Amino acid sequence: MTAGQAQAAIFDLDEAGRIVVAHLHLDGALLPILHALQERFGYVPADAVPLVADALNLSRAEVHGVLTFYHDFRRAPAGRHVLKICRAESCQAMGCESLVEHLAAEHGVTPGGVTADGRLTVETVYCLGNCALSPAAMLDGELIGRLERDGLDALVNAARGARP
Amino acid sequence: MTVVYIPRDAAALSVGAERVAKAIMAEAAIRGETITLVRTGTRGACWLEPLVEIDIGGVRHGYGPVTPADAPSLFDANFLSGGAHPLALGPVEALDWFAGQQRVTFARCGVIDPLSLAAYEAHGGLAGLRKALAIPSAEIVEAIKASGLRGRGGAGFPAGIKWATALAAESETKYVVCNADEGDSGTFADRMLMEGDPFSLIEGMIVAGLAVGASKGFVYIRSEYPHAFRAMAEAVAKAEDAGLLGPSVLGSGRAFAMELRLGAGAYICGEETSLLESLEGRRGQVRAKPPLPAIKGLFGQPTIVNNVLTLAAAPWILAHGPQAYAALGCGRSLGTLTVQLAGNVRRGGLVELPFGATLRRLIEEFGGGTATGRKLRAVQVGGPLGAYLPDSLLDTPLDYEALAAAGGMLGHGGVVVFDDTVDLAKQARFAMAFCAHESCGKCTPCRIGSQRGVEVIDRIVAGHERAANRAVLDDLLELMTDASLCALGGLTPLPVRSALAHFPEDFERPARGPTLRAAE
Repeated sequence: MTAGQAQAAIFDLDEAGRIVVAHLHLDGALLPILHALQERFGYVPADAVPLVADALNLSRAEVHGVLTFYHDFRRAPAGRHVLKICRAESCQAMGCESLVEHLAAEHGVTPGGVTADGRLTVETVYCLGNCALSPAAMLDGELIGRLERDGLDALVNAARGARP
Repeated sequence: MTVVYIPRDAAALSVGAERVAKAIMAEAAIRGETITLVRTGTRGACWLEPLVEIDIGGVRHGYGPVTPADAPSLFDANFLSGGAHPLALGPVEALDWFAGQQRVTFARCGVIDPLSLAAYEAHGGLAGLRKALAIPSAEIVEAIKASGLRGRGGAGFPAGIKWATALAAESETKYVVCNADEGDSGTFADRMLMEGDPFSLIEGMIVAGLAVGASKGFVYIRSEYPHAFRAMAEAVAKAEDAGLLGPSVLGSGRAFAMELRLGAGAYICGEETSLLESLEGRRGQVRAKPPLPAIKGLFGQPTIVNNVLTLAAAPWILAHGPQAYAALGCGRSLGTLTVQLAGNVRRGGLVELPFGATLRRLIEEFGGGTATGRKLRAVQVGGPLGAYLPDSLLDTPLDYEALAAAGGMLGHGGVVVFDDTVDLAKQARFAMAFCAHESCGKCTPCRIGSQRGVEVIDRIVAGHERAANRAVLDDLLELMTDASLCALGGLTPLPVRSALAHFPEDFERPARGPTLRAAE
């Protein structure tokens, strides 16, 4: 649901078509289709938009509108790994902003960006539902609680394949 | 053979529950001990996670918080028989933190294997559904009305009235939609229940379907909750296999099917009409009301949209009678409230109590004060749209009306604690920025107002014509409150106004920002 490119396949129009067809029986199939495409390819490529629009009898503009409304959907590949860092109130109360500053200073990456080696995308998320164990983050779908600077360094280094 | 319980709830996993389970099983194998490991949800004492429990003569003894490195010493201390150890807690339910609670909705959470239907039934599950199958729809609705149950998502609308409206609406097709888009910071009760007792939500959905004449239910779960989504998916599959869901619920001849849908990172989809748009495959833009969803909702059909906790309370009400539920609570806030203690708090987690306990009791007695040990300065109740309350208002009882009278709102029961390092001007700015980030864009007061709000607060903080800009901000807050289409734009003024009212000094400090730097 939130992983990076590490498990993603190279985009293939035929396969995308099969994914779309597999979901056509659903009522209101657009979001499940976009999720399934992103799950498979790591993002929703522009080439998939006309395909989805045709299958659902929608205009390309409508599909584009939905694709760009939701924060989850990516229109370009992410880094190999994705770190979502919570910056909502509960995590603010436990210093998440200093973690964000540390990421920028120490690892040269700000939320919305990717490390220079393309291995780690960092994204802002507003609440992971781990508010009693703030600050929280999620690395490739794994939840992390009580995140501290050292733990963050270890995560980033592991994701970037560096020796500690 | 000894039974050991270790949670597999996302919060417990986030602090190492999986590694602890592996370490204990590995140590048991080395020592030739035979253990049955049961993975549970969490009981909600997040501060004790990973919490390891051992069944000794029917009483659960706890050890926590455990790290993988503790495994050898736990065995050395003979923890399987409840031996003494620095992490020993004794009988878990006798701990003050639990003994002071009254678990109704969360009675099974953290106690049973969430995916065992047999355990669910053994702990009182399905009794409410059996009752519902034996009585006419109108009687189910009457019971919910009589219980005083109000929507737990935040608005507090009487559930029975919503159900009665949908029951009265004539249509071949009706829907039950569960709002599991728990986006408020400081809240995690829905997630905990879906992971720790998913059958209670399934049972509640079926009861709601029987009550209003719907045979299809959707659960809209936010994508930030992959663990909850997986737990629900497994539970739904098991319920289908057991004949709990399907063409004939428990052999009654009445059908109910369930489908899970994943959100896509839009906070606004927690608003019920926006959620329906999203389910239909569109941008999550708010619909104007009327028509009410109960009359014209999902795909134009009568639909009840309820929060996870509202639906999960229904089976208990039917099983124990509406009077038993209404006997809890106070005033017009009946039943139990699940408070989620979060942020800068020493003992954070989920506390279920009848409505009416004060914030101070929760934060001090259960929460044990701030995590940093510094002085508490502000508490935000009810998520990002809730007010920031100062220490002087902590004696406010937690019920819908009392919180509203204090200029706040109870919302979904999230309580986020801040210590004295918090800057309320910054928090007020964040409230506006968050609204701008999450606005669906349909109405101008929210879409543009929140953007202007950020800018005006920036000017006030920077010391530009403070009095004049304060007047502009007050105007803007009034406009957003009165003219926004939904609660996002309509309630964003709450945190801002409360910050201005209770913490004016944070907006009056010597100018920061560009002016100051220019002078250097």
